[in-house]
Amino acid sequence: MQAAFAIIAALTLVSAIAAMSLRNLVHCALCLAVAFAGLAAMYLQLDAQFVGFAQVLVYIGAVAILVVFAILLTRSGQPVPHSVVSRSWIAGVAIAVLVFCVLTRVILSSSVSQRSLPAKPSPTVREIGNQLMTWYVLPLQVIGLLLTAATIGAVIIAMNERKSAGGDHRVTADQGHGHGHLAAPTGLNEGNATSIASETGSESPAHYPQPEREREVLAK
Amino acid sequence: MIIGEFFRGLFLMIWRVATDQPEAKADLLAVFPPSARPVISAVLTVSPIIGIFATLFALTTLLERKGLGRIQNRLGPNRVGPFGILQPVADGLKMLTKEDIIPRSADALVHFLAPVVLAVPTILAFAVLPYGRNLVPVDMDAGILFFFAVGASTELAIFMAGWSSRNKYSLLGAMRAIAQMISYEIPLIISSVSVIMIAGSLSPVEIIAQQGRYLAGGFVPHWFVLTPWGLAGFIMFLIASLAESNRSPFDIPEAESELIAGHLTEYSGFKYALFFMAEYFGMFAVSGLAVTLFLGGWHAPFEFLEIVPSYVWFFAKLMGLVCLFIWVRGTVPRLRVDQLLNFAWKFMLPLSLLNLVVAAVWHFTAAWEFPGAGLGRWLLGAVMIGVPYVWLGRALSGSKKITQRTYRFAD
Amino acid sequence: MLGEGIIKGMVETARNFVGSYSDPERLTTVEYPEDKIPAKENARNFPFLVYDGDDAARGLRCVACQICEKECPPKCIYIVKSKDKKPDYIGKPQFYPAVFDIDVSVCMSCQICVEVCPFEAIKMDTEFELSNPDRFGGLLQDKHRLAKSNEYYHKIHETEAAEVDARLAAEKAKAEAKARADAEAKAAAAAKAATAAATPKPAPNPTTVAPAK
Repeated sequence: MQAAFAIIAALTLVSAIAAMSLRNLVHCALCLAVAFAGLAAMYLQLDAQFVGFAQVLVYIGAVAILVVFAILLTRSGQPVPHSVVSRSWIAGVAIAVLVFCVLTRVILSSSVSQRSLPAKPSPTVREIGNQLMTWYVLPLQVIGLLLTAATIGAVIIAMNERKSAGGDHRVTADQGHGHGHLAAPTGLNEGNATSIASETGSESPAHYPQPEREREVLAK
Repeated sequence: MIIGEFFRGLFLMIWRVATDQPEAKADLLAVFPPSARPVISAVLTVSPIIGIFATLFALTTLLERKGLGRIQNRLGPNRVGPFGILQPVADGLKMLTKEDIIPRSADALVHFLAPVVLAVPTILAFAVLPYGRNLVPVDMDAGILFFFAVGASTELAIFMAGWSSRNKYSLLGAMRAIAQMISYEIPLIISSVSVIMIAGSLSPVEIIAQQGRYLAGGFVPHWFVLTPWGLAGFIMFLIASLAESNRSPFDIPEAESELIAGHLTEYSGFKYALFFMAEYFGMFAVSGLAVTLFLGGWHAPFEFLEIVPSYVWFFAKLMGLVCLFIWVRGTVPRLRVDQLLNFAWKFMLPLSLLNLVVAAVWHFTAAWEFPGAGLGRWLLGAVMIGVPYVWLGRALSGSKKITQRTYRFAD
Repeated sequence: MLGEGIIKGMVETARNFVGSYSDPERLTTVEYPEDKIPAKENARNFPFLVYDGDDAARGLRCVACQICEKECPPKCIYIVKSKDKKPDYIGKPQFYPAVFDIDVSVCMSCQICVEVCPFEAIKMDTEFELSNPDRFGGLLQDKHRLAKSNEYYHKIHETEAAEVDARLAAEKAKAEAKARADAEAKAAAAAKAATAAATPKPAPNPTTVAPAK
């Protein structure tokens, strides 16, 4: 078990570092997908089947795909000529280490770490569903509402873009869009999984990329 | 002595599998030392699955070519062996002996990894399907979720194949594939969610167990496909699974006439064979899931036929669906990209969401007691899904006026 | 209703599927190496050289004028003219091709060589099984392999060959008529000269008649 954990952790860490430091953006995205898969494997190792599979379905099946799409639609896949590491990387590392130390100190001294570990739960999918539908139903509904609003917003943006086609305006719209691609999908996808679950009363998460992306594909 | 025990265990295992008995592997595993048992057990489970589906793959390619030939009033392949039976062998040998070409400007590592990354999840998907009464490789609590999770990770493999080839057709094919698979995964999942909702479980074994009853004296099976929401869900599931497995009429990612072969353009030899195999394996897996969710899994259509071994029914239904896929391929022309996406978002998605509501109504009307309640419930569900279907179909196709097409540049 | 067309189409393909088993007439394909569809009269694939009579070497209509060689768009024809002459179908002495090669792998079946030939010597064949295990010698056809009899030409392109024969016969008749007329004119002239010589009137110069031919 320890060996498996070590392998999975090493794989996840290495691919996460590679995702930050490789020059070719598509390689970075693929490494990110490997890191997601490593995380999913970690969940599975902890006997959290539902979370593990949801991680694969949402992150590898949707988020990684949308990241890749965003890369392809916004710029060419050519690697950047200069180094990806900033010149002031020493300062960055120092700050990161400092923050880590502070957080560790705070967590260790807080009462949370003093508590003994609870008995290992064996969550079945049914229990998760019951909990989501009873105890956590309000947060679920709120998230669902938020994400529905986000989806509608995305659709409206896409509709406006179609009306104002042509000229410089179009270019700026496209650029603005590119940023939206990178930022929006993560939230949207996680969210619609839960929103659908809330509507159906079942536990199957489904990802739900906004239709705007498809239109974008068509435009290309 | 050990050898005698081994063969006794082996024959017992085969006998038990053939006659639907539980614990088929127990006697054979007892021969091995305890530390080796998990590995041996896994091998004993995995190798028949891969062997059977590889054989089925070979058979299906032949069946497809023969069937398509007959649909087009041709004979189909008939040169290799009697009636062309050995054609898959010849195809396989040809694939294996072909040169493996990697384009000079391709991203060699990703190009190499893509078929591997594609083949692994498609084979993994077979792990959760119940093939017979006691034939479940992994009886998982979240089996359906596992199936969709591994299915979703094939998209990245297709993107890898298309991008790493550094070929514009490949890239276009990959983009189309991703757009299509993401769009159709939603109706696919939502239409199966209705089954999950009624069954109250994500476990395929449990879902099949709930379809194991018979009504009307054992002549009407309690399959989900015989309910209004089940029928609608089954049809939508089939359409979405056609798109998921990139089969005609949804084969735009590998459209031969416009994209050469999409992401397959730069692949040859064994890697191409892997892609081809993964495509068919995906089709089998998704058909197997359709059988599990809607067609009662390994249950016989009539109660008195339950004597026949259960896996026979499973594979009969599976091959029936595969034949339906071939039939559709021989009939329907390829969609355009915009038609494809419009169909997914404007038609399949609303209807599959509505189907959930119908399933919920079905669930809550189960308590109806008055005479004719069963029929009334059925009709209510049918109207609830049928009227929107007709209306949506009219709204989407009726707005188009068919006129003489004008060509701006070609006259 | 949406989906109606798909059902109709699937019924149609099912009818084809079942029909192709019950009614072999539906099958549009031919089992090629065993069965062959007879070539259409206007089919054309690769040129051949026509010869008259039984002897390919003597009867070849080609006079090595090299027009086809010049006109051939992909330049697949190679001709070497003979040093000596031999009589053609009219009896007139003509050159003949010492070498006449056509490269199968280069020929594009355009029929231009046939159009330009003034001697009806090169025609298109309907033979299409030209593949060959030897990619150098096998694909370069020399005049012995290219030569095919006029009877063969009649067999594959009946109408066209009849026209050609009629034309050639007319030309030959014309030539013969002309020769006869020439001969008669000559004879008449000779007779006239003879009568003129027979008259007491002195002939101006007898040698003028003799070389007049």
